[in-house]
Amino acid sequence: MAVLQFREALRDAIDEEMARDEMVFIMGEEVAEYNGAYKVTEGLLDKYGFKRVIDTPISELGFSGIGVGAAMKGLRPIVEFMTFNFAVLAADQIINHASKVRYMLGGQASVPIVFRGPNASAGQLGATHSVAYDSMYAHFPGLSVIYPSEPDDAKGLLKSAIRSEDPVLFMESEQMYGLKGEVSEEDDYIIPIGKGKIKREGDDVTIIASGKMYHVVKQAAEQLAKDGVEAEVIDPRTIKPFDIEMVIESVKKTNRCVIVDEAHPFGGVAAEAGFLIQREAFDYLDAPVQRVTLPDVCAPFAKNLFDIWLPDAKQVIDAVNTVTYRN
Amino acid sequence: MAEKIEMPKLSDTMEEGVIAKWNVKEGDKVNSGDVIAEVETDKATMEVEVFDGGTVLKILVSEGDAVPLGGTMAIIGEEGEDISDLLDGEESSAAGKEKAEEKEKKSTDKSEEEAKKEDTFDPILEDVNEKESEPEADTSDDERIKASPLAKKMAKEKGVDLKSVKGSGPEGRIVKRDIENYEPEAKKPAAAVSFDSEESEDIKISQMRKTIARRLSESKFTNPHFYETIDIDMEPAIKARTDLNEVSDVKISFNDIVVKACAAALRRHPAVNSSWLDDVIRKHGDVHVAVAVAIDEGLMTPVIRHADKKNLRQISAETRELAGLARDRKLQPEQMEESTFTISNLGMFGIEEFTAIINPPNACILAVGAIRDVPVVKNGEVVPGKKMKVTLSSDHRVVDGAKAADFLNTLRQMLENPLTMLL
Repeated sequence: MAVLQFREALRDAIDEEMARDEMVFIMGEEVAEYNGAYKVTEGLLDKYGFKRVIDTPISELGFSGIGVGAAMKGLRPIVEFMTFNFAVLAADQIINHASKVRYMLGGQASVPIVFRGPNASAGQLGATHSVAYDSMYAHFPGLSVIYPSEPDDAKGLLKSAIRSEDPVLFMESEQMYGLKGEVSEEDDYIIPIGKGKIKREGDDVTIIASGKMYHVVKQAAEQLAKDGVEAEVIDPRTIKPFDIEMVIESVKKTNRCVIVDEAHPFGGVAAEAGFLIQREAFDYLDAPVQRVTLPDVCAPFAKNLFDIWLPDAKQVIDAVNTVTYRN
Repeated sequence: MAEKIEMPKLSDTMEEGVIAKWNVKEGDKVNSGDVIAEVETDKATMEVEVFDGGTVLKILVSEGDAVPLGGTMAIIGEEGEDISDLLDGEESSAAGKEKAEEKEKKSTDKSEEEAKKEDTFDPILEDVNEKESEPEADTSDDERIKASPLAKKMAKEKGVDLKSVKGSGPEGRIVKRDIENYEPEAKKPAAAVSFDSEESEDIKISQMRKTIARRLSESKFTNPHFYETIDIDMEPAIKARTDLNEVSDVKISFNDIVVKACAAALRRHPAVNSSWLDDVIRKHGDVHVAVAVAIDEGLMTPVIRHADKKNLRQISAETRELAGLARDRKLQPEQMEESTFTISNLGMFGIEEFTAIINPPNACILAVGAIRDVPVVKNGEVVPGKKMKVTLSSDHRVVDGAKAADFLNTLRQMLENPLTMLL
C-alpha cells in the first residue's frame, strides 16, 4: 500500500488508463498547461502532449458536446469540470445526449465518457458554487454516478469509469483533494462500479454515507462507540447503481438505519435508499429510517449559517439516537 | 401542671425508639427517677426515667410501637387534671391522627362543594369543556397496537402476544428491546401436582434489624469492597495458648489472640486503621477493635478500646464481659462506638472462610475461619497440620491491595511467631 493524496490517486488512475489505451484523452479548463485547477492532471501534458491533454475555453456545453461526439466515434474522453456547479451549463449534453444516445440509436452507438470534477460545497463559496449534484444525475437512466470518499476507492473506481462503455459522472471534492490514504499498489487496480464497502462493522445501526459525508459519519461513529453504540458504516461509493444488497444485508442485522446525504432532502439519494430499505427490509426494521441531509435551503454564505446548514457529526448522532430509541 | 414525656435521644444515631415495655399503666403514681419504660433503640434497650413525679394520666403508645425522637409517649400530671389541651396538639397520637383525617375530610367536602358551584356557574363553558374532552376519550379507546415491523415479526416467532407487551418507543410503540426483555407472566407448571401451602409469617422488624439492614446495605453498596485471604499456620499459636492458659487465671481464647495480633499489626499499618470521611481519610491515633458478637436477634459489635495497649488477659476479660452484656442487650452505646477495625469470627461455627461486610466507618474487617486439621508439607514430607484462613475485606477508597497484603503478612507473621506480638 502506498499513501497517496486523493488527487494523486486520481492522477495515477488517469495516467495508467492513458498509458494502457491510446483512445483515452482528457480535456477541460486548465487541465494542460496549468496542470489542472486542482493539480489532478499535473505532469500529464508533458507525458502525453497536447493531442491527449487538451485545454478548453470556458464553454462547458461546447467541450462536453465535443466529448460526447468523440465518445460516439470510439474515443474515451475524460471531461474535467472545474466544478460540477459549472457543469449545469453542459446539462443538455450530459442529460439529453450522453445518457440517451445508446437508447435512442437502438444500441448502434454508445458514449464511453467520464465527466469528472469537484461536487458539492467547499466552505464559504456561496449558493451557486455549493450544490451537490450526485442525486440529480442519478435520477437519469443511462448515467452512472460515482462519489468516492477515500483515495483508494477513487483510484479503483476512476479506472473502472474510464473503461465503462457508458457515461459516468465521477464526483470529487475540493476539500478532499489533499486527503491522504493508503492506495492499493496492485497492478491494474480496479473496483467494480456499483459495489459498496463496509468501512466499519457494528451491530446497532447501519449508517450510509458517501463522499465527504463519509468522513462526518466516521467521526460520529467513533463518538457513538464511546457511548456503547456500534455503528456499521457503509460507503456505497457508487451512487448509481446503488448497492442495495449490501445495505439490506446490514439492516437485517442492525434493524436500524440512518442515511447521510450532502444534498437537499427532496428526491435525494437518501429518499431513494430509504424507500428501498423499507420495501426490502420492512420486517427487519425496528424504527423508521432516518436521514440527515441539507435543509431545503440554498447554501448560505455566512459562516455561522453555513455551519448549521451542512450535516455534522452531532446531527448524525442525534439521528442514531432516534432510531435506537436512546433519546 | 401536666407534662408530656417525650422520646429522649438515647444514642447518637437513633432516630426513633420502640417501646419495648411499659413499667407503668395509666393511673399509676410515679416518683422522680422511676423507670417508666424500656425503649429499644438502634443500638440497645435503654431505660427511660421520669424527672418529675405525678400520676400517669395517659399512655399514648402501645408496646412494640415506634416513636420518633421528641414524640410524646405519655402524659404525667396531677390526678384529675384536664389534659385535653396537651392531647389536642398531639398529632402522633391515635386521637390526633383521627382529628387530622377529619379535618382533611372537611376540606375535601368543601372543595367538592366549591367545585359543584363552579360547575353550575356557566353552562355554556361546561358545554365547551365537554366537547374539548371528547377527542381525548377517542384516543384512549384506540386499541391499535403500535409495534415496529421487526417487533411484530419477533413476537410472532416467539409466540408472544403483543397485547401483553408494554411498548417503550414513542407513543408506546413496541420495539425490538421490548420483545427481547419480555417475560411472560409466571407460566403454570405442566404437571398438575399440587401441594398444600404452608402459611408464611411476617415478622416485625426490630430496631436492631433495621440498624443492621441500614448500616450494612449502606456499607456494601457504598464502599468498594475487595477481599484478600491468607491461610495461617496455627500450630505455634495453639502451643502458645496452651502454655499461657497453664499460668493465666483468665482463659485465653483463640479469638483473644487474633484480637491482640490484629491490634499489634494495626499499630504497624496505620493505613488499615483508617476511615473514609468523604473529604479526608482519617488515620486513627488509637486502635479500637470491635468484635462481632452474635445474639438471638442479630449481632452487636462491642469495642475493645486501646486493644494494642492491653495484654491478652485484659483483652480476654473485657471481651467476655462485653459479649455477656451484648447477649443481655445491656451494652451501652458508648461501648459500641469509635471502633477503628472489626473482627468477625465464625470459626466456632465450623466456617472455613467467609467474606465480611465492612463495619462503617472502619476501612477494613477481618473474617476469621475455623482452625482446620490439614495435611501440610514440612521438610518435604506430608504431616498433619493446623491452619486457619482469614479474609480481610477492605474499602478500596482507603486501602489498596498491596497495603492490605502488607497488613495480612504482618498478622500472619505474628500468629505464626506469637512472641513477635510483644515487640
